[in-house]
Amino acid sequence: MVEINKELIEKVAKLSNLKLTEEETKKFEKDFKEILNAFKVLDEVDVSKVESSFRPFEERNHLREDIVRESLKDPLAQIKNKENNFFKAPRTV
Amino acid sequence: MIDDPEEIFAECKKINEKYNYFTEVGQGAGDSNKGMLNGLYITVKDNICVKALDATASSKILKGYMPEFNATAIQRLLNQGATVIGKTVCDEFGFGSFNTNVGLDFKIPKNPVDVTRVTGGSSGGAAGITALANFRHVAIAESTGGSIECPAAFCGVVGFCPTYGLVSRYGLIDYANSLDKIGIMSKKVDEMIPVFNAMIGQTICSDSTVVDQRPKEFKPRKLKVGIIKESLKGMDSHVEKEITRTINALKKIANVEEVNLPFTFKYGIPTYYLIATSEASTNLAKLCGMRYGIQGDVEQKTFNEYFTEIRSANFGEEAKRRIMLGTFARMSGYRDAYYIKATKVRTLIIQEYKKLFQKYDVLISPTMPIVAPKFEEVKKLTPIQNYMMDILTVGPNLAGIPHASIPIHKSGLPVGLMAMTEHLEENKLFHFLKLVEEL
Repeated sequence: MVEINKELIEKVAKLSNLKLTEEETKKFEKDFKEILNAFKVLDEVDVSKVESSFRPFEERNHLREDIVRESLKDPLAQIKNKENNFFKAPRTV
Repeated sequence: MIDDPEEIFAECKKINEKYNYFTEVGQGAGDSNKGMLNGLYITVKDNICVKALDATASSKILKGYMPEFNATAIQRLLNQGATVIGKTVCDEFGFGSFNTNVGLDFKIPKNPVDVTRVTGGSSGGAAGITALANFRHVAIAESTGGSIECPAAFCGVVGFCPTYGLVSRYGLIDYANSLDKIGIMSKKVDEMIPVFNAMIGQTICSDSTVVDQRPKEFKPRKLKVGIIKESLKGMDSHVEKEITRTINALKKIANVEEVNLPFTFKYGIPTYYLIATSEASTNLAKLCGMRYGIQGDVEQKTFNEYFTEIRSANFGEEAKRRIMLGTFARMSGYRDAYYIKATKVRTLIIQEYKKLFQKYDVLISPTMPIVAPKFEEVKKLTPIQNYMMDILTVGPNLAGIPHASIPIHKSGLPVGLMAMTEHLEENKLFHFLKLVEEL
């Protein structure tokens, strides 16, 4: 059984690219405990011989014909951070 | 009934002042075709893209995002002459059962029957305007775990959700791809059928749909109806009274029997929330202040600092909670125990429905166990109590079967009956809904 504590909540927040306030961290710790406790009921289901359903109903990819069509007029029209027709992102290193 | 576009816009604005149903009232682009939907005005849930109208999914992080294209489902309606007249408010990205989880700076919609009560969610604005529109209107909404059925029941309108994959999701701001379905709300069943038929299929975009399959034909005959026994526990007295009366009336025109769906009732909620939040946590990763909506100053900041700052300041509380839950459920070390486990339990849930459909044409249950609660009652609920409210609606959504909520109350607050059929049996479902409408 996983132990829900402040460190875990902070780790999950970091992976989610979220910075939580002290108050939010406390609240989510409490919520996680309650929610995951209620979800524990799934432990009793034996799924050893069951396949996953990543979709409820068969779907297929439908590719359009490879023909030239009108593209977006100006994909950068609504972008504030741009330079020479490129998105301008924050530095990575 | 009014029919002048200017009068309709004015009417929508007036309704919006009192009830907060719209994120934007205005005409979508390209509404000049002639077809079978001429003269029909449609509102579109704010998580579906309409050219020239903002698409925010009622989230502050998407403020200012105006798509340059129409979602496929919407384009198909425009091709038949429908006119878009506005975008309707929802829980942020669809994350809610009462439409009280709107994004930061958005207004919470009020129930059309009693303004001290919620509309239900997440498609609350869509249900509210459907109830109050005094012009020819249907609402285009979307359900992931009950977002069409719940507000339809609380607001007293018909809310329909088709087989998963039958309507293109291109242009839908996704919450959980394996669950999201675009559907329809209207006052009467007959109003939504031509809209549904026009909406199925693709346009020119690449897409994943079951578009090569069509809803099956249905020749009217006496139906075999299963009432889900587990759903009859825990109803409030008004819901119980209306449901009992409806079942008794149904017995005169159909073969009605009680059936059991114990597995889905026990495991549906955790299965739904683990899958939905896992998918949401990846889908919402793209919302980071670069391509869509809110943008900050990228200078002097590192990659992660910038994204984290934008996301923390602009997602609402429930959005953060679901992103966190989904991230946790997919984390190394927990993925198999939570996310993968849930996808396997989902298989068993689908099988449980399939087995019943070998014997029954239609399954029914109340849509919601309660009538629309008051705002202060919803405030008292903890997150897990909130999630439990979806107990009746997550099943058909996990199974991807067509289902609908139809109003059945003869007096008092609205009550919805939910009906479900096997995959691709939309025509049988519509037939049944029309029978219920006549009861």
